[in-house]
Amino acid sequence: MRGERRERVTAQPLVQVRDLVTHFTRRAGPLGSRRETVQAVAGVSLDVARRETLGLVGESGCGKTTLGRTILRLVERTSGEVRFDGQDVFALAPAPLRRLRRRMQIIFQDPYASLNPRMSIGRAVREGIEVHGLASGREADRRVTALLEEVGLSADAAPRHPNEFSGGQRQRAGIARALAVEPEFIVCDEPVSALDVSVQAQVLNLLADLQARRGLSYLFISHDLAVIRHIAPRVAVMYAGRIVEEGPSEAIYARAQHPYTQALLSAVPVPDPATKRKRIVLAGEPPSAVNPPPGCPFHPRCQHPGKDESCRTTRPELRELEAGSRHRVACHKAGE
Amino acid sequence: MSVPAAARGPLLEIRDLTVLFTGPDGVARAVDGLDLTVGEGETVGLVGESGCGKSVTALAVLRLVDPPGHIAHGSSVRLEGRDLLALGAKEIRAVRGNHVALVFQEPLSALNPVLRIGAQIAEAIRAHESVSRSTARWRAVEMLTAVGIPDAARHAAAYPHQLSGGMRQRALIAMALACHPKLLLADEPTTALDVTIQAEILELLDGLQRRLGMAVLLITHNLGIVAERTRRVYVMYAGQIVEEAPTERLFARPAHPYTEGLMGAVPSLEERKDRLQAVPGQVPPATAWPGGCRFHPRCPYAWEKCRNEMPGLIEVEPAHAARCWLVSEPQRRERGKA
Repeated sequence: MRGERRERVTAQPLVQVRDLVTHFTRRAGPLGSRRETVQAVAGVSLDVARRETLGLVGESGCGKTTLGRTILRLVERTSGEVRFDGQDVFALAPAPLRRLRRRMQIIFQDPYASLNPRMSIGRAVREGIEVHGLASGREADRRVTALLEEVGLSADAAPRHPNEFSGGQRQRAGIARALAVEPEFIVCDEPVSALDVSVQAQVLNLLADLQARRGLSYLFISHDLAVIRHIAPRVAVMYAGRIVEEGPSEAIYARAQHPYTQALLSAVPVPDPATKRKRIVLAGEPPSAVNPPPGCPFHPRCQHPGKDESCRTTRPELRELEAGSRHRVACHKAGE
Repeated sequence: MSVPAAARGPLLEIRDLTVLFTGPDGVARAVDGLDLTVGEGETVGLVGESGCGKSVTALAVLRLVDPPGHIAHGSSVRLEGRDLLALGAKEIRAVRGNHVALVFQEPLSALNPVLRIGAQIAEAIRAHESVSRSTARWRAVEMLTAVGIPDAARHAAAYPHQLSGGMRQRALIAMALACHPKLLLADEPTTALDVTIQAEILELLDGLQRRLGMAVLLITHNLGIVAERTRRVYVMYAGQIVEEAPTERLFARPAHPYTEGLMGAVPSLEERKDRLQAVPGQVPPATAWPGGCRFHPRCPYAWEKCRNEMPGLIEVEPAHAARCWLVSEPQRRERGKA
C-alpha cells in the first residue's frame, strides 16, 4: 500500500504554482505620504518535478526573488495557489505549515542572511535538527559532523563563527544548515553570485552532487545565464513579474523565441575571442512594477519587426509553439 | 618636435609596483612587484579574483591608496614618461581626471549625493580647465548626451539617487571623460549592472574610446568581458602578474595553471559541461602569501620546485609570458594531468 501511495505522489510535480500574484505596498512620494502597489509577481504558473532543477533567470527587479519567497510562504501571496506535494501551502494551519516548512528550504546569495553571526556554525546547523525534533544529544552531534563533511567543511569547522570563514565556506555552511532538516525542495536564490569564479564552480558542483545523492528538487534563481545553463535542464525566463519563456534549456539557449530572451542571451559576454556575435542592445529600462504597461510588458523595448497594436493592448499568454515541445513563450509574434 | 610613439614608449608604464598595507595581522603585500604597460589608444585587460590586488593597482596609478596602505620605494608609475610617484600633491591632482580618469563599480559612492549630476560634471571640468561656468554646464550636458543619456538637459538637473544604476554609471563615465583623459582606468565598471545594461555600457565605452583615441585599462573578474573587449591581458593572482598575453593567445593557449583553472571554472552559455573544473581551495590572505609559487597549494601540477622557488615571468612565445615553472618544464604538464 505504501508503494502504491508513492506511485501516486511521484506522478504529480512536487511544487505546483498557479496564477501566483504577489503585490507589496510601499510608501512613496514626499515624506512617504502616498502608498503605491508594487506588482512584484504578476501571475506566474510553474511546476518543479521531484529531483528536478528549474532555473529561474531574470534581471534585477523582475520579481524572481519574490516569487521564490512566495512559493515558500515567506511572503504572503495576493492571489493564486502554491501546492507542495499536493498540499495547498497558503491554506495550511500553523502546525501543518511548520511540518511542511521542514521539507522546503532556502539558500541565499549572502549566507549571512541565514547564519547568525554570534552563533557557531555547528550550532546553526544543529538548531534546525532540534527545532524539528529530528535528533538530539549525541545523535544530533553526529549529524552535524556528517553534514559539515558532506558540504566539504571539516568537522572542526563546527565551533567556528561565520566571520571566520571565506565567502565560499560560508555558503557551504548555509547549505549544511538548509540540509540539516532533510528538505526535499530548496529555493537557491543567487547562491553563487557573490563568489569568485573559482569558488563558484566548487559550490555549483557541490549543489549538483547533493541533488544526485539526496534526490533534491531545486528552484535555482540567478541573473547569470551561463550558471543557469550549467545547473538547470529546464529554464524559465522572467520579465516584469511574469514568465515570458519556459522550456528545456537546450531549446531556450539554442532557439530562444521571446525577443527579451534573445536580447538577454546576446548580451552575455562569451569567454572566447574567436566568437563574434550579433548583439541586440535594448533601449530603455525594464518597466515600472508600479505602473506596468498594458499589453505585453516587454513591448516598449521590443525590437521584433512584427510588433503591432496587439502587443500594445493584449497581454500574450504562455503558449507552446510546437505541440509537445514543452517550449512555451509569451509573445504574440513568436514563430512568425 | 613630435616624437614617434615608439620612441616615447608606452602611455602607461608600471615597473616593480609594490603596495603594502600594515595591519594587525602583519604586512600585506597587496601588490607585489607588478610590471604593466598600456600603449596609446590600447585596451588592456587586468583579470583576477577578489583580493588579488587589481583594484589597488588602479588606485596606486593615481596615488589614491589611503593609509595604512602605501606604495613602496622603488616602485615606478610613468605616464608618457613622467614619474607620477614623484609628483607633488598639486601636480598629481592635475593628472587625475585630466590625463587619467577612474571609473569604478559603485557609481553611487563616486557621485556627490547632494549635487545635481550636471553640476558635478561641470565642476570636474572647471577643476581642470579654465572655462566659464556656462561653458562647463553646456559641456556637461554635451557629455551626458555622448554617453547616451536621453533628454540630457533634464537629467543634468537630477540628483544621483533619482537615476537608475545604468544611468548613474553613464553619468560617472561622462564625468570621467569630461576632460578627455588619455587613459581610463575602468575597475569593474559593469559588475553591479544587469547584463543587458552591461552590454550597453561596454558598447558605449568602445565607441567613446574609438572617438577619443583613449586607452583603457579594463579591470574585471569576467573572462567574457576580457575576451570581447581587450587586445592584450594580464592575469593577476596573489598580488602578482601570473600571465600576460595577447587576448587571443591567452584563450587559445593559457600557460598558467591558474588561468587554465579560471577558464575551466566558468560555465558556458554554449554547451553544458558535465562538471565544472573548480580550482580547489581559495585565495590566501595577503598577509600570508604561500612561499615558492603563490599558486602552488591550489595547483594540480605543483612539484618540489614550485613549493620552494618563486618563478619569474617566463616567456612562452613572443609577447606571452607566465609565472610558472611548467613553461620551462612542459613535459610535467602532461604528467601532472594524469
